[in-house]
Amino acid sequence: MRDIIVQVVARMMIPYLQLYGLYIILFGHNSPGGGFAGGTVIASSLILYVLAFGIDDEDLRLSGSVARVIESCGALAYVGIGLAGIFLGANFLSNKGAGFPLGIPGRFLSGGTIVLLTISIGLKVASTMITLFTNLAEKEKEEE
Amino acid sequence: MKIALEVITLVMIGLLLVLVVREMPPFGNPTNPVHNEVSEYYLSNTQAETGVQNVVAAIITDYRGFDTLGELTVLLTAIAGLLAVLRS
Repeated sequence: MRDIIVQVVARMMIPYLQLYGLYIILFGHNSPGGGFAGGTVIASSLILYVLAFGIDDEDLRLSGSVARVIESCGALAYVGIGLAGIFLGANFLSNKGAGFPLGIPGRFLSGGTIVLLTISIGLKVASTMITLFTNLAEKEKEEE
Repeated sequence: MKIALEVITLVMIGLLLVLVVREMPPFGNPTNPVHNEVSEYYLSNTQAETGVQNVVAAIITDYRGFDTLGELTVLLTAIAGLLAVLRS
């Protein structure tokens, strides 16, 4: 599929989609949103790029190896933040009980570990969707 | 014959679902069973205990953090299964 209208519209849409996804992830603790929703928005922007410009363009799309590394990093960051609770003398994944600063509700830096956990969830969800899509698309291309 | 059996089964399941939905409590009624002390606890204590304003984010990452870890494990398992199948 090589359509000039789709390519022009995708070129205009993709930066705003990615910015919106980042906003949903980073402000998920103060406004509606969160890691799952924001990660899906970012992944949909990268999938839109592949749909509009094809899987061959290796320069710009997120390659499979990078996506796999990001995915493992997201899961490991979640577990690492959980383990930090144990090393600080509380339960696994505990937030206030482990002494993380809660901050002022409504500010960006508030909620202790919740911001970090949301970011790691967002990385994980986005890279999972990218990896699923690109691997299936590459497999289909090989078989043709 | 087989199609008739399928249609009869689906109609019976549909009737059962309609009967169950008719017995459900009305939407938005304050005396519904879901409006118990659990939701009141979350709504009144989330900001003091976690410091965030979004109650949903507090529940999925703080109160039920283990559940979210399980969801991430589901995603990781999906990727591992896909790569194992496609690259074999």
